[in-house]
Amino acid sequence: MTHSRRGTAVAWLLLAPALLLFLYFKFIPMALGLWKSFFKVQPFLGDEWVGLDNYRTIMTDEAFAGAVGHSLLLAVGTTGGSLALGLGLALLIEGPARYLWFVRAAVFLPVVTTMAAVAEVWRIMYHPGDSGLLNTILGWIAIDPQPFLASEHSSLWSIMGMNVWRGAPYDMMIFLAGLVGIDRTLYEAAAVDGATTRHRLRYITLPALRPVFWILFTLAAIRGLRVFVEVYVLTNGGPNGSSEVIMTLIYKLGFQRNELGVASAGGVVLFAATLVLTLVVQLMRRRQAR
Amino acid sequence: MRFDTALGLEARKGPLASIGKFVLYAMMLVVFTGPLFGLLISAFSTTLDPTAFTLWPSELTLENFAQAGEKNVYLYLLNSFVVVGFGLLLQMVVSVFAAYALARKRFRGMTFVLLVMLATMMLPEEIIAIPLSLVLADLPLIHANLIDTYLGMILPVGAWGFSILVMTEFMKEVPVELEEAARIDGAGELRTFFTIILPLCRPALGVIGVFGFTMIWDQYLLPLIVANESSHWTLPIALRSLRSDEQVGIGVLLAASLLALLPSVIAFLAFQRQFMRGLTSGAIKG
Repeated sequence: MTHSRRGTAVAWLLLAPALLLFLYFKFIPMALGLWKSFFKVQPFLGDEWVGLDNYRTIMTDEAFAGAVGHSLLLAVGTTGGSLALGLGLALLIEGPARYLWFVRAAVFLPVVTTMAAVAEVWRIMYHPGDSGLLNTILGWIAIDPQPFLASEHSSLWSIMGMNVWRGAPYDMMIFLAGLVGIDRTLYEAAAVDGATTRHRLRYITLPALRPVFWILFTLAAIRGLRVFVEVYVLTNGGPNGSSEVIMTLIYKLGFQRNELGVASAGGVVLFAATLVLTLVVQLMRRRQAR
Repeated sequence: MRFDTALGLEARKGPLASIGKFVLYAMMLVVFTGPLFGLLISAFSTTLDPTAFTLWPSELTLENFAQAGEKNVYLYLLNSFVVVGFGLLLQMVVSVFAAYALARKRFRGMTFVLLVMLATMMLPEEIIAIPLSLVLADLPLIHANLIDTYLGMILPVGAWGFSILVMTEFMKEVPVELEEAARIDGAGELRTFFTIILPLCRPALGVIGVFGFTMIWDQYLLPLIVANESSHWTLPIALRSLRSDEQVGIGVLLAASLLALLPSVIAFLAFQRQFMRGLTSGAIKG
């Protein structure tokens, strides 16, 4: 097949809609965000160049530092919890039986649910009084009612709980795909050699799942820092800023306090952090592979 | 002895093991589907008490859904369907066009285009939310204002790297010989595309269709930025405003939440196989 000039023209024509949409709604906003981060943005007075002032403002802002900490904690907790629970679920539900297929599909449901709706459900289940659903259940096993989202000490953990509930089944499904790929003759050989279940898990199953683990870890790292909807719906950063994350703070700066320049700077910082985190994870993965 | 699974649970027979497994799986079902089941029951119950979230149906009623109408819930639902309908149509057409070019044409700059696609996938929406709102209020060159329009919620989801890449991978696997045969028989490129390639890509269309649907349906930040007037709200962002209501308690909120949840759950249940395929291809291949 030679590349004809006509073929090339057709190719670009076919790609044009996608590229135009990406240009307008991804790349121009990205560039504009970077640009605006150097300005004091004033809707009617015109923008004023302030150099790195916005970055200085946001980096020295205690609320922002707190939000970064909360985002990191939430990301680490959600990722770790989902991976551990997902792996456990995958190991328990592995197998070709028909009823296991049903259990898998049912357990997977939280993943496909709309975040905003499911967060409302959890907000109601987390009701801090004795009558809240989760507190009722805790009551059965003789645990005092917990304040959950209403307390500064537990709001972030409560959000994490819902995130793990929604994230673990996703990880489970990917782990299951990895488990299917394991060479069954290895298991048989190990059985002949008299290996116990624990040995088999430790020396065959887990090492085989390592690539899957890293993929999930990378995805979670990228997603973790930019968490927004669940926090916005469950607590909106409260009580008293105890669950404020980077994105809820940026949202408030941009749309409620109209500090578009500072908010843009925050976006750029978040982007840089995501990029660095992704690179670090990739590097760790390379080193592990060696 | 054969071990088909890592833990070998399947191989364990006997009444004790059976009971153990049953309890285990039952617990999993309760934990992961319980909240959704509770929503289903509660939405059809009289729930004046704002804390009441019941798992046991007592008096079933449609009252919440009737009240929901007065709170414009069905308007929000309609908005959601308009956005997801046109958004998904646009997304799929854009993806199929781009994928055909990437899978079948060879041209200079192809690596660059692929890099662009990957870059958009690495660039989370949330990060560009603030400047995106500025762009939508005044589109560069065109100078159109898309705030408080459906287009403002549809166009930004029109191109999605995931869909394009999944479609491209699939089209590459359609044998070129089929096309050549059609061409020898005198079919033009357009006709070959519509009669040979597209029908063969039906499984991939299912994958990008169901993923695109859930992706657009789940949009939150975008409609939050675009729809200032409540008349343009989509159902997910309207939920917040339905929280407290003196007369009906949380009934309307529960009914609306159920309506917001159902479409993607139904899409998943109906297209399970496509969903699983997309899940593994998306996660494993990048």
